[in-house]
Amino acid sequence: MESIDIARWQFGITTTYHYLFVPLTLGLSVLTAILHSFYYKTGSSEYKRLTKFFGKLFIIIFALGVVTGIVLEFQFGMAWSEYSRFVGDIFGIPLAIEALLAFFLESTFIAVWLFGWDRISKGLHLLSIWLVAIASSLSAIWILIANSWMQVPVGYVLNEGRAELSDFVAVLLNEQMLVMAPHTIIAGFVTGGLFMLGISAWHLYRGHQVELFGKSARISLIFVAVGGLLTATTGHDHAQHTGEHQPMKLAAMEGLWDTEEPASFSLFAIIDQENRTATREIRLPYLLTILAHNDLTSPVRGMNELQEMKEEQFGPGDYLPPIAIVYWGFRIMVGLGMLFIVFSIYGITLWWRGKLDTSKRYLKYAMIVMFLPFIANSAGWIVAEMGRQPWIVYGLLLTADGVSPNVSGGKMLLTTIGFTLIYGLLAAVAGFLIYRFAKKGAPEEDAPTHAY
Amino acid sequence: MDFQLIWFILIAILFIGYFLLEGFDFGVGILMPFVSKDDVDRRITINTIGPFWDANEVWLITAGGAMFAAFPHWYATLFSGFYIPLFLLLVALILRAVGFEFRSKMPDKWWRKTADLFIFWGSLLPAFLWGVALTNIVQGLPIGPDKNFVGHLGAVLNPYALLGGLAAVALFTLHGALFLSLRTTGDLKERVEKVARLLWIPAGLILAAFAILGYWQTVLFEGLGLIPGTLPTLTIISFVASYVFIQLRWHGYAFGATGAAIVLGTAVVFSGLFPLVMPSTIDAAYHLTVYNASSSELTLKVMSVVALIFLPIVLGYQGWSYYVFSQRLTREAIPRD
Ligand code: HDD
Ligand code: HEM
Ligand code: HEM
Repeated sequence: MESIDIARWQFGITTTYHYLFVPLTLGLSVLTAILHSFYYKTGSSEYKRLTKFFGKLFIIIFALGVVTGIVLEFQFGMAWSEYSRFVGDIFGIPLAIEALLAFFLESTFIAVWLFGWDRISKGLHLLSIWLVAIASSLSAIWILIANSWMQVPVGYVLNEGRAELSDFVAVLLNEQMLVMAPHTIIAGFVTGGLFMLGISAWHLYRGHQVELFGKSARISLIFVAVGGLLTATTGHDHAQHTGEHQPMKLAAMEGLWDTEEPASFSLFAIIDQENRTATREIRLPYLLTILAHNDLTSPVRGMNELQEMKEEQFGPGDYLPPIAIVYWGFRIMVGLGMLFIVFSIYGITLWWRGKLDTSKRYLKYAMIVMFLPFIANSAGWIVAEMGRQPWIVYGLLLTADGVSPNVSGGKMLLTTIGFTLIYGLLAAVAGFLIYRFAKKGAPEEDAPTHAY
Repeated sequence: MDFQLIWFILIAILFIGYFLLEGFDFGVGILMPFVSKDDVDRRITINTIGPFWDANEVWLITAGGAMFAAFPHWYATLFSGFYIPLFLLLVALILRAVGFEFRSKMPDKWWRKTADLFIFWGSLLPAFLWGVALTNIVQGLPIGPDKNFVGHLGAVLNPYALLGGLAAVALFTLHGALFLSLRTTGDLKERVEKVARLLWIPAGLILAAFAILGYWQTVLFEGLGLIPGTLPTLTIISFVASYVFIQLRWHGYAFGATGAAIVLGTAVVFSGLFPLVMPSTIDAAYHLTVYNASSSELTLKVMSVVALIFLPIVLGYQGWSYYVFSQRLTREAIPRD
């Protein structure tokens, strides 16, 4: 394998892995802060115990986000040095600001919260967990500003083979970020909500600490239902935006080879990228045009036409992303998104009828559904990142031109294997610890909270 | 205004902050197995840095991000050039964090022993690697015409660089021992104070050898004659002062003195380099300097405004967190398991 392929695998593996923990951090930090707020308001020992319980799980997950994040920060320079030279002027800014604005806040106040139970005033203690929650979302916004610029470059001029900043505000308020950040962050809330629901369901199912976990189950149900609806609407906005700025990606997401007017929506297809066709297709008329343009007549461009346009613009080459992955990735994410909405609304009707705590079947499903957002998150990112191939910066720099020229394939392979092994081990240990603590249930109210 | 100079200074400040703060928590991690008699001691030792080590590490993340933004070529050349050492650094930092976070989660002996190994090696290796990396930069590296590192790993592991690694380990360990003396009580406190006393002489010898050889091995003192400049002199004074304070048992001052030595020593490195950021051993025309490695003026301006507003705020709340967690840890504070 060439070093470029290994570098791509490495980036894919390490970010996808980081992104198992990040959405949980986004969601659980807010949920823990909400539980803590209930405790602050009511002084009830139940909320205190729940806060401590979910706080402990949150800390384990947070730690994994931290250790896997540092790898990413270094990786741009290590494996993608030419990319870094090309984009540093612009891309470096949000990365640096993220650390200064969000990571410092997060890492300082999570320690204040964790070690501060009996040491600072109750108000300050509550404030510290909210600061952690706010900082998590802030960090997501800044990293997404960076990513959005790779997707839709704005506010730059090309100078001596580098992209240089010409308009900071344009980079900051990139429309791409404005559709991406809400969808990503809310999807994180859904991830955290379903996690909390699943853990609560586990205890309810066993009839263990029913009073306590009935409360957290209800909070998380509301969280997931609202969040689920919002992921769908923000995702829809995102897709329309993609159709405008990255038409090739949208066409790949839909497996659309030929321009259609109005365009039909593909429900199922076996993609044959080599022969540029699809077989066994099921298509629903009009639907894609409605989704992409909100009307019944506008055209949606297909990949064949787009490929010709790109060749005219950039010269001969293959401008198609890996279509089957993008097509199915998108369907998996959207399908799961629909499932979460239905599942949470059904849960709320059970609650309404007073059957939530006793409906064994529902509780059992909740324990399974809690694992599915991880698949949806990864699928969404794979669509976003593989769909922009072969570009590393859309329309400006090819992925193949971004890799470090002086790092051999052997070295890259060595580190890729190294990270993968360590990550595998970490996943096993963390999974085991989370299982152990989740099973134990909520601690006594005055159980020691000493951290290490 | 010379924004390149401002950003060079700011990046120096971020690295200085990183070495000053993470320096003592590396030291604590290195000393943890040696100063502890039992598991309670080990937990106290770890808890002395418990609320701080993560935020200390963010200094590095910020320094990396700032370098990426302000001097993309510096970031790209350095990080791709030191590919394998940085990989080892990342592995060490991962294992160390895992050691801290997961150690107390299970009572089993083998579990805690493994975590202790992670903490020890995960603190020793980064301290050493930073010394090696910094020494290599001031020695110069084989950097070619397209700004890329073209040498082999062997070039990075030369004897003088290894001495630099050792010097960093020695200084950080001493700094860590003094930090521990401020946050512990009783027998444990006695032991770390003894370690500080015993450690000073060998640390001093290594640092002296490193500094003296630096006249021949590095670009740092090229502008100077035999008599060292102000910053080097102050560095030496700080380090010697720490000896006096340790003997007087004024451990707070001694900690301040080793901290000052780290700050000033790092400042010597950066100020000696300026205006170079990565000297090339192949040809002076290939030197990376603050001017040919930097971002556009607009980027530097934007970043300056951001740093000016937020760096003081960060310093404020980090300082506050050190104040909140300033009391000594006793054996009674550690829960039994
Ligand atoms: C729990 C996770 C989750 C769920 C249920 C959904 N998404 Fe999503 N989606 C993500 C998690 C996610 C993500 C991982 O957060 C992505 C990757 C990049 C991004 O901005 O967000 C994403 C990206 C993403 C993209 C961008 C691809 C691109 O053009 O770059 C679109 C068009 C959608 N989503 C659309 C939807 C729709 C219509 C959904 C209907 C319910 C949906 N998503 C549910
Ligand atoms: C956390 C969620 C993310 C996931 C799961 C993810 C996933 C991936 C995957 C699968 C690839 C490989 C694509 C391919 O080569 O076919 C990739 C590449 C890459 N991603 Fe992401 N990504 C994420 C976020 C980001 C962000 C936020 C940035 C920038 C700030 C980014 C920058 C890159 C770069 C530089 C590459 C390598 C070049 C390339 O292959 O295009 N990624 N990512
Ligand atoms: C591929 C580019 C990415 C890089 C370079 C990166 C970098 C980092 C780093 C360095 C940390 C550790 C911070 C610490 O020590 O406290 C971290 C953690 C985190 N990252 Fe990422 N990240 C990436 C992708 C993402 C994405 C896509 C998101 C959100 C949408 C995200 C959000 C977070 C959050 C919420 C944490 C939690 C832990 C913390 O902030 O300390 N990251 N990331």
